[in-house]
Amino acid sequence: MSTSTLTSDKAIVVPTRHKRSFFKSGREDSPFKRIIIHIVLIMACIVSVFPVLRVLAVSLRPGDRLMSTDLAIIPPDATLESYRIILFDKPFLGWVWNSLAITIATALIGVILAATAAYAFSRWKFPGRSVGLVFLLATQMIPASMLMIPIYILAIKLGMVGTYRGLVIAYCVTSIPFSVWILKGYFDTIPADLEEAARIDGCSQLQAFWRVLLPLSTPALAITFLFNFMSAWNEYLLARVMLGSSESLMTWPLGLQRLQGQYATQWGQFSAGSILVMIPVVVLFLYSSKYLISGLTLGGVKG
Amino acid sequence: MITSEVILKSLSEVGSTVLLILAGTFVVEALLYLVLVKWLKYKYALPFMLLAPAAIGLIALVIYPLLWELRLSFTNMSLRAFKNPEFIGLKNYVRVFTEPVLKQKMFFPLLGQTVLWTVINIAFHVGGGLFLAMLLNRKMKFKGIYRTLLILPWAIPQVIAVLAWRGEFNFSYGYFNIILTKLGLAPVAWMTDPTANFIAMCLTNIWLGIPFMSVTLLGGLQSISTEYYEAAEMDGANGWQQFKNITWPLLQPVVTPAILLGTFWTFNNFNVPFFINQNELESSDIMVTGLFRAAFQYNRYGFSAAFAFVIFAMLLLFTIFYTRYTKTLKGTYES
Repeated sequence: MSTSTLTSDKAIVVPTRHKRSFFKSGREDSPFKRIIIHIVLIMACIVSVFPVLRVLAVSLRPGDRLMSTDLAIIPPDATLESYRIILFDKPFLGWVWNSLAITIATALIGVILAATAAYAFSRWKFPGRSVGLVFLLATQMIPASMLMIPIYILAIKLGMVGTYRGLVIAYCVTSIPFSVWILKGYFDTIPADLEEAARIDGCSQLQAFWRVLLPLSTPALAITFLFNFMSAWNEYLLARVMLGSSESLMTWPLGLQRLQGQYATQWGQFSAGSILVMIPVVVLFLYSSKYLISGLTLGGVKG
Repeated sequence: MITSEVILKSLSEVGSTVLLILAGTFVVEALLYLVLVKWLKYKYALPFMLLAPAAIGLIALVIYPLLWELRLSFTNMSLRAFKNPEFIGLKNYVRVFTEPVLKQKMFFPLLGQTVLWTVINIAFHVGGGLFLAMLLNRKMKFKGIYRTLLILPWAIPQVIAVLAWRGEFNFSYGYFNIILTKLGLAPVAWMTDPTANFIAMCLTNIWLGIPFMSVTLLGGLQSISTEYYEAAEMDGANGWQQFKNITWPLLQPVVTPAILLGTFWTFNNFNVPFFINQNELESSDIMVTGLFRAAFQYNRYGFSAAFAFVIFAMLLLFTIFYTRYTKTLKGTYES
């Protein structure tokens, strides 16, 4: 450990390099330590990617030997047959299209609703504000299956079962609390002086929000959109309850579940479908990963 | 194949719903404008107008169902008494604590199991996440690649990830047993042995949860100025002292909300315990899967509503104590 700088006359000397230990946010590491770090990270990456590679392996296997103790990622007799079947012989693309339409619409509306609400929470001390914020936190404690029965009965009463109406509205709303939390935390880190300067220049309060605050909040907005997108894209339980038995309206989680049900599970097609539906989310994740770290402040970091 | 009929149908369904939401928002805003701005000239008219659409949505889809559920918890509604449930007072709440939730397991063992599940997962999430975040928080080669690969478990759809893991726990074809056999050890019955099944659940969920923690904590680490470390180094603080006295305390504003959210999500995690527990071992159930089974497999609606409120109340109490104890959310909620 780097105690070498603890000598009386070295109070203003720059600390010796190559001695920063693991626990510090090191800028200069010894070559040996650097190698260790790379090895550890590579192992962590393997653990994190491995299950996905196994799904890929199953999707490439020919249909007659899906169950196998083979550990190769790309089997010797790899084939794209499962992909061909799921893309052209099954209504898979229709499911993906349905999911995509619902997801993009709900993610966008969710971000807009959350951003305006977060702006109000961040910039005004209106009556009921702290109750509202505690309520938003409390919603995260509600078990998801708890609201399922009442929402379903509500949807039947309003004639929203078997259409997208109830589902789209529910997705827009359920993502709001977490989005507001992230966005309010981010807005809090942006000084209100900037908006006031804009107002002196003749902007209205809303124009200041739109032209000053929102552009500065791109990282948090991107993250919020990403989270909304993911939760709607992957949602299964509510879609199953709300869409009932309507064939043409199925989203991909329902469709893939259907593949598991018929006679025996079509593991090859199921895996091929899984790989295909991962693509949009992974692409979006990679695209927004530069915002991921700066945008996810969870309302705590100041400055 | 995809047909134009499918494309048009879902587009029109989604489009009409979006229009409905827009029209509803417009009507609400117009009303609020007339009442708050024109009539009352209220000081906080604008924030209330900004909040209104989200608030109305949450009232309709969270508060109203909650109240409905609360009423349900005081009735004996079940499949037998579906049409004419009777008001039975607090009986359901008494039953939660005195009767088996499913077939055998009572409330407190189930609570113990859930707490154990939450503690194990959160400990590994925070520990593993912090470890990776500290490794990544430095100038290094391939940093972007590592970061991308490490957040992959978070990016892939959870149900697919969980089903893939379940495949790995298969007795004959799963990865773990293949490796164990190759090492000359006996394969483990991951799906039928209660302890092994619980371990399988934990492994899956730890894998799923680390990326969120490491990304959040990396954000926190990056916001800590390096000047603190330089100053500490001059004072001769060693690595552990720097971690204990600089990194960990300055990370608290990020760690506390992350742990809180992680606790809620783990405590209420449905996908992992439900899907990994393929054989429906009662020993592997945590509270929310017990709740789901009590409601939808045993059809005890009134009972499960009461049970849900007990879970909710426990998390609420935990939050109050935890935030009192750490005092870090104060800034978030009172500033």
